[in-house]
Amino acid sequence: MSHFFTYAVLTSTVAAAIALASPFLLASLGETMGQRSGVINLGVDGIMLLSAFSTYFVALKTGSLLFGVLAGVGVGMVMGVITAFISVTLKAEQGISGIGIYLFGLGFSDLLFIKLVGTPLPINELTPIGIPLLDRIPAVGNMLFKQTILVYLAFLLVPVFAFVLNRTTYGLKIRACGENPAAADTVGISVARIRWSTVLIGCTMAGLAGAALLLYDGIFMENLTQSEGFIAVALVYFGAWRPLGVMGGSVLYGFTIAVVLEWKSLGIIPLSASDLAATAPAVITILALLLVARRFRQPAVLGKPYERGG
Amino acid sequence: MPPEGSQSRWAQRRTSWERFLLSWFALPGSLLAALLLGALMMAVLGANPLTGYHALFDGAFVGSYALGATAVRAAPLLLVGVGICISFRASMLNIGGEGQLAMGGLACAATALALPNLPSIVLIPLVLLAGAAGGAIWGAIPGAFKAYFNVNEILSTIMLNLVAVQIMNYLLAGPMVDNTQNSTYGLIPETRLLSSHSWLPILIPGTQLHLGVVIAVVVAGGAYVLLFHTGVGFRLRAVGISREAANYAGIKVKRTMVLAMTLSGAMCGLGGAMLVIGSISHRMVTDGSLTGFTGSDGFNGIVVALFGGLSPLWSVVSAFLFGGLLTGGDALQVATGVPADMVTALEGLVVVFVVSLEYMRRRARTAALAPPVTPSRSSRAKDDVPPLVGVGRAPGLGSHEASRTGASP
Repeated sequence: MSHFFTYAVLTSTVAAAIALASPFLLASLGETMGQRSGVINLGVDGIMLLSAFSTYFVALKTGSLLFGVLAGVGVGMVMGVITAFISVTLKAEQGISGIGIYLFGLGFSDLLFIKLVGTPLPINELTPIGIPLLDRIPAVGNMLFKQTILVYLAFLLVPVFAFVLNRTTYGLKIRACGENPAAADTVGISVARIRWSTVLIGCTMAGLAGAALLLYDGIFMENLTQSEGFIAVALVYFGAWRPLGVMGGSVLYGFTIAVVLEWKSLGIIPLSASDLAATAPAVITILALLLVARRFRQPAVLGKPYERGG
Repeated sequence: MPPEGSQSRWAQRRTSWERFLLSWFALPGSLLAALLLGALMMAVLGANPLTGYHALFDGAFVGSYALGATAVRAAPLLLVGVGICISFRASMLNIGGEGQLAMGGLACAATALALPNLPSIVLIPLVLLAGAAGGAIWGAIPGAFKAYFNVNEILSTIMLNLVAVQIMNYLLAGPMVDNTQNSTYGLIPETRLLSSHSWLPILIPGTQLHLGVVIAVVVAGGAYVLLFHTGVGFRLRAVGISREAANYAGIKVKRTMVLAMTLSGAMCGLGGAMLVIGSISHRMVTDGSLTGFTGSDGFNGIVVALFGGLSPLWSVVSAFLFGGLLTGGDALQVATGVPADMVTALEGLVVVFVVSLEYMRRRARTAALAPPVTPSRSSRAKDDVPPLVGVGRAPGLGSHEASRTGASP
């Protein structure tokens, strides 16, 4: 334990936690928008896999990380159109159609990977950027201000999403559609249009999350996400459908992973028990779901398609 | 709501066509659509779709060896599918099949390792029951969380999958590892060879067909009787259709919800046990992922159940079909170079199509019921739905009605 509480180890653990949290945060923020409007999108994991692959493929072929990220975001948007069509226009059961999207993404990303790439080669890493002056603050600078641009973007988007949801007309419409779509419809809000937009935002963010995850790992492999997209959906519940709460959940989740990894490498957790320790993030999430379910109420019509004349 | 008043005869004929296409044709149609998209994918990737599907079909259904392999692949798939039928009928979306398979497999392997000397006739039922118990516990936890603490069961079951994989890795590398192996590079995470008394007997020599296939079909029959011809099954379905109404009728809703998940988990656990004692290596092995053990059957089973219209009996057909697709996937890969993962992608498409069609089918049915037609016609429209499209009546899929009650405060 004594080795853990040293300056170098502590700062690197926190820095790793922040970096690990950012893909979750990106995906969860997008999912928050969808869920506040009443749509639960369980296909996030499949979309992340597809966009992670396209980011990898484009970055590998063009050598440009920017093009890679753009491809990932683009794939997210395309999947957003499909998801919105299925769950808003066709009013399909969202829990199950999401699993369909997941299976499609899981199979298709690996199919393309084996067929088009074959032998995995690592791509360039995204270089961390130090924020001038702030990165010189002792400890905090190393922890927070020497990250990659996608990490900054993820955390900068938190106040943006909170502002949009809570302080704009658009946000009010989103919340109305999630709480009482019939009332929203009565005052002339197009429930379908609002939900289409939030699902598109959510899937685009999932695409960005897939790209961020890929750039963090630097290489693609089968089932790269390891259910991280589902965890992102769980983190929305964890964060009680509020962007700030979602951020807290993501950071806690990232921190748990980072601490377990660090303790493993320091030998604080014996090798034989390392698999058991790796259950910690999932167990913490379940416990958090328990707490949140008791204290907060989910959007009233979450997961229920809206039909006029009810 | 469809418009009131008279409709032209043409419109009526059109809706009845629509109804026909959407009822009998809906499920085969969604498989067909998925296969066509698959052909497109193959063509884009530079493979000949005809060669591919021909190889897939041959590898799955032609010859006794292929049929045996398909049946063996279908058995655990069917058990998971039956479990999904039970839980989805009760409106509990159990996505935790993967974890329940793993826990069932572990319980089964541990029992087989602990009691190697029992005769087959005792040991095989015992290890299968152990597997069912392991899966049942792993299903009961999210069931209770949902019933008593209102924790979303989709999320908790997925989290429990993540916990199960680590428990499996821990047990197979630690307490349950085969420490008799002499490897210089550390131990492979696998159990000892299980006692031959626990192996499922081969039914037809020269094929892989083992007793597990028969057991799975019998269990599916039992689940059908349970769901549709017993009080327990009635309560499960009643809770699935409306928790409020079931409560009003005096059904203990929370207990029934837990029961649904427990039974569902038990079926998946049974499937996990079958994966262990029906395996060719007669060991339980991990490659560090759940898929390595389950072959994604926890998810494939969802496809089987949906395609089987959430009926355990139709799931037998559906499991055989998807077992064939999964078995033939390898032949597809050999013949065209298109990876077998294509089958997973196709399954995803089937799920999406089946649940999307559900809304159109419901709309077509209400449209067909609306015009003033003879009583016999309108009653037929309700009752004539073939069991294959039981999805239409499946509670988990019918949340449009729920939105009506949910929308008004």
